[in-house]
Amino acid sequence: MRRAEIITALLMAGLSIYLMVKSAELPIGWIPGEGPGGGFWPFWLAAFMLGSIIWVIVNWFRRKSPPSQSEEPYLDAYGMKMFLLVGGGITGMIALVDIIGMHLAAAVFLIYYIRFLGGHSWKVTLGVALPTPVVTFLFFDIALRKFLPTGFMDPLYIPLYDFFL
Amino acid sequence: MELIGLLSDGFLVAFEPLNLGLIVLGVVVGLFVGAMPGLGSVNGVAILLPMTFLVPPASAIMFLAALYYGAMYGGAISSITLGIPGASTAVATTFDGRPLAMQGEADKALIAAALASFAGGTISIVLFTLFAPPLASVALDFGDPEIFALMILAFATFVGLSGDDIAKTVFSICIGMVMSAIGFDIISGEPRLVLFDLIGFQSKINFLVLAIGIYGIGEMMWTIEVSRGETMMSKVTVSVERVMGNLKIIWGTWKAWFMGSVLGFFVGILPAAGATPGSLMAYGVAKMTSREPQMFGKGAVEGVVAPEAANNAASTGSMLPMLTLGIPGSPTTAVLLGGMVIWGLQPGPRLFVTETDFVWGLIASLYAANLFAVIINIAFIPLFLWFLRTPFTILAPLIFVLSMVGGFASTERMFDVWLMLILGVGGYLMRKLDYPVAPAVLAIVLGPIAEPALRQSLLISSGDVMVFFNRPISGPIMIIALILLFMPAFQVVWRRIRGKKPMAG
Amino acid sequence: MKTFVKKLLGVGITVGLVSGFTAIAGKTALAWEPVKPIQFVVMAGKGGGADKLARLIQSIIEKHKLSPKPVTPINKPGGSGAEALVYMKNHKDPDHAIMVTLNSFYTTPMRQPKLGVDPMTFAPIARMAEDTFVLWVHKDAGIKTVDEYVKAAKAAGNQWIMAGTGKASEDNLLADFLNAAYGLNMKYVPYKGGGKVAKQLAGKHANSTVNNPSEALGFYEAGTVVPLASFTDERLPMFKDTPTFKELGQDFVYYMQRSVVGAPGMSKDALAFYQGVFKKVYETTEWQTYIKKKSLQGELLQGDALASYWKRENEVHRKMLVKMGAIKG
Repeated sequence: MRRAEIITALLMAGLSIYLMVKSAELPIGWIPGEGPGGGFWPFWLAAFMLGSIIWVIVNWFRRKSPPSQSEEPYLDAYGMKMFLLVGGGITGMIALVDIIGMHLAAAVFLIYYIRFLGGHSWKVTLGVALPTPVVTFLFFDIALRKFLPTGFMDPLYIPLYDFFL
Repeated sequence: MELIGLLSDGFLVAFEPLNLGLIVLGVVVGLFVGAMPGLGSVNGVAILLPMTFLVPPASAIMFLAALYYGAMYGGAISSITLGIPGASTAVATTFDGRPLAMQGEADKALIAAALASFAGGTISIVLFTLFAPPLASVALDFGDPEIFALMILAFATFVGLSGDDIAKTVFSICIGMVMSAIGFDIISGEPRLVLFDLIGFQSKINFLVLAIGIYGIGEMMWTIEVSRGETMMSKVTVSVERVMGNLKIIWGTWKAWFMGSVLGFFVGILPAAGATPGSLMAYGVAKMTSREPQMFGKGAVEGVVAPEAANNAASTGSMLPMLTLGIPGSPTTAVLLGGMVIWGLQPGPRLFVTETDFVWGLIASLYAANLFAVIINIAFIPLFLWFLRTPFTILAPLIFVLSMVGGFASTERMFDVWLMLILGVGGYLMRKLDYPVAPAVLAIVLGPIAEPALRQSLLISSGDVMVFFNRPISGPIMIIALILLFMPAFQVVWRRIRGKKPMAG
Repeated sequence: MKTFVKKLLGVGITVGLVSGFTAIAGKTALAWEPVKPIQFVVMAGKGGGADKLARLIQSIIEKHKLSPKPVTPINKPGGSGAEALVYMKNHKDPDHAIMVTLNSFYTTPMRQPKLGVDPMTFAPIARMAEDTFVLWVHKDAGIKTVDEYVKAAKAAGNQWIMAGTGKASEDNLLADFLNAAYGLNMKYVPYKGGGKVAKQLAGKHANSTVNNPSEALGFYEAGTVVPLASFTDERLPMFKDTPTFKELGQDFVYYMQRSVVGAPGMSKDALAFYQGVFKKVYETTEWQTYIKKKSLQGELLQGDALASYWKRENEVHRKMLVKMGAIKG
């Protein structure tokens, strides 16, 4: 935990500096007679971010905040495993959207999670995973006309659109 | 009384079978649209707007107003049951609604939210009926300095409410504000903070992308890790005694919801402010005036009723400038204004004179919609509780899917879905280190209102900061805001002087 | 077909080009039809000016069933149109993507050359109308004519606030014109959207605006704001007593297009289909009432006539931006 605290703080300090540099593409100062320039607001807020991060780092050296005192691991074995399995699963699902579309990606993810992470029976798994794309299609695409991405499955949807719309 | 005559004429219009049917339908649709993370009243109204061409304007606005109302009720449902605010207006509801649900008191929170919404709606409609035209001029008097002062006040009522680590809270507020500055600077007309020169960063990070990422993905991952795979949601049973007991507790919080209603209504009237600052201020005020402020954030019923009463009151309030001035009081009313264009009506000061049927029919329909919304909402509560009883290993992936679909539906960009994932995972990793996430979520809503108001004020005053202090409305607001803002610091100093250690939290 | 050609001719466009184009449109309008929902991209957020327009058009199409597949608005508000333009440029299925545009169609690509967008590559579906601009003041200012306006604004110097919609926007161009033509030093304060601008004037937070009539109409009808002069060729029917700047000896007219464009790379057949749809939209009573009520001008322009209109307007805007110092010549 203690090491994670300082690594995160340093990363965030880097982010703050990047944001400050990026904000400085527009005037960050006070333009006489006009008030603040276009970069003023984000620049100084990013500066405050940096300031508060320095404060966090000071607290780390002084061991004042709870994470800087804790010697527990930031992510234990279980936490790490779940982080990779769940986070990886979601990443995979989103990556699949461009290929098989959002509806089917959701179904694949549900099968992965419920069957393999959750350990439920195939009956339960398919009972949830199969209706989901149908329900999302009917609710979003048809009822609300928010058309979700279809990826390379686009031709499959044309008869559906013909039928429902 | 002329008012009563007009209102009863309005009721005759609202209770025509077509209109009544549309009101009920609008409430039901709104409830579900509002409960779905990623959709909210803005999306609901925008999506259904073209359908309303088929009915007369008065029926159309009643339908959409009912939908707006229903969505305001619905927003609380996802805040409480899933911990994901469906819209920015429901963020404050998560603070105490979520802990209540975790403690197995989801039913209490849901009923409290529904009844508080009803109270907020009703109180605000009465205020609307009585004072609509005179209040319109108040909205006009609100210029940029006033709006900026109000935003500072919204922040001030909130500061010190969350997070034990001040440095990390400041960081969270600032990063939220910076995220909202990404994209385009309206004043100079230049692209700004286009991170890594990606075209997706040409527009600001949408509130919903951050909120769904943080709450839908980040909080869920956190829950999975902490719960070690065991269910955290305790079972909720429904019984008559339980309901009666809950009602008693909710009645006991009348001070919180009454103040929330009035505050929400007045903030809602002001152009640009809308329901989100209103609900935050109501939460802050409820905490300040509560006898048990330490319970806030840990499942205080007052912390649910105050923001819920306020956001419903504000949604009524925001219709006032829309009808009387043609200025939207919230994003949703901006879309409704578009609807009035479609129906061939000209919103503005003359509307109350030229379109009495339309205006009073709408006002009467708000009473009806509010009543139906509370009944329908309470009738659906067992359904939401049943949803919560699903095993966690099924509920969690469904929430992830919902987050992805909702994150896409709100902006229709895959870029935002990826951004949501990154923000969610980042939020989870930071949260483990005690970085509070709520301030960032609020900052991303308030930032885009505060910054232009600040710069427009200074542009007009030629850079003179006194513009915030020497005007009759902004001056007092600003001074109160600054006092509240620095109160925690004063308290620390005061305790130091008296030789005591500052208390944590 | 005859009436179609005739009507377009009435618009006053070059004969050869148009009849050639409409012949294609006539033959293939039946041949091509959308097979899936049509994305109607809006370069503004929900509730913005372009958004309202898109949803009005969507309603008309739905009501009269003008398209076999629904037209669904998608908001791409980023960077004053930049996001929408790039989205259209890179669209994988240009036959199912159309966009409603304003004058930022010209100015945004000029101000952000990095985007690599050329407005001339977009498919010319239809110019549905042109919005007009009028100079407004608050009635309490007691100003009735442009002369009085110039006098008051001169006396106030840079304390005279002109509210408008964003830097380098249409409103800004007009404010710059007024400053130059009358030797004024008005301060231009940008707001997000014409509705907010109108409110600034009605609440006396600004001294004047150059709102579109549709934005100021509510306050005009209530007598809160007063029109002084319009930036049009002829007096607007709605404001018969209000002179044009042309009458006052200033050769300055300015309009904002309300056009619908197809994604670059749209097939000819698809283009013809959309031109047919929008011609029908233009002719509906709903659209005609809207034009009249909101004091819009301009006839329907399609195909090559629209493309040459864009070419002309593009140059006009380039010159104006150079003069303003917003871009280099």
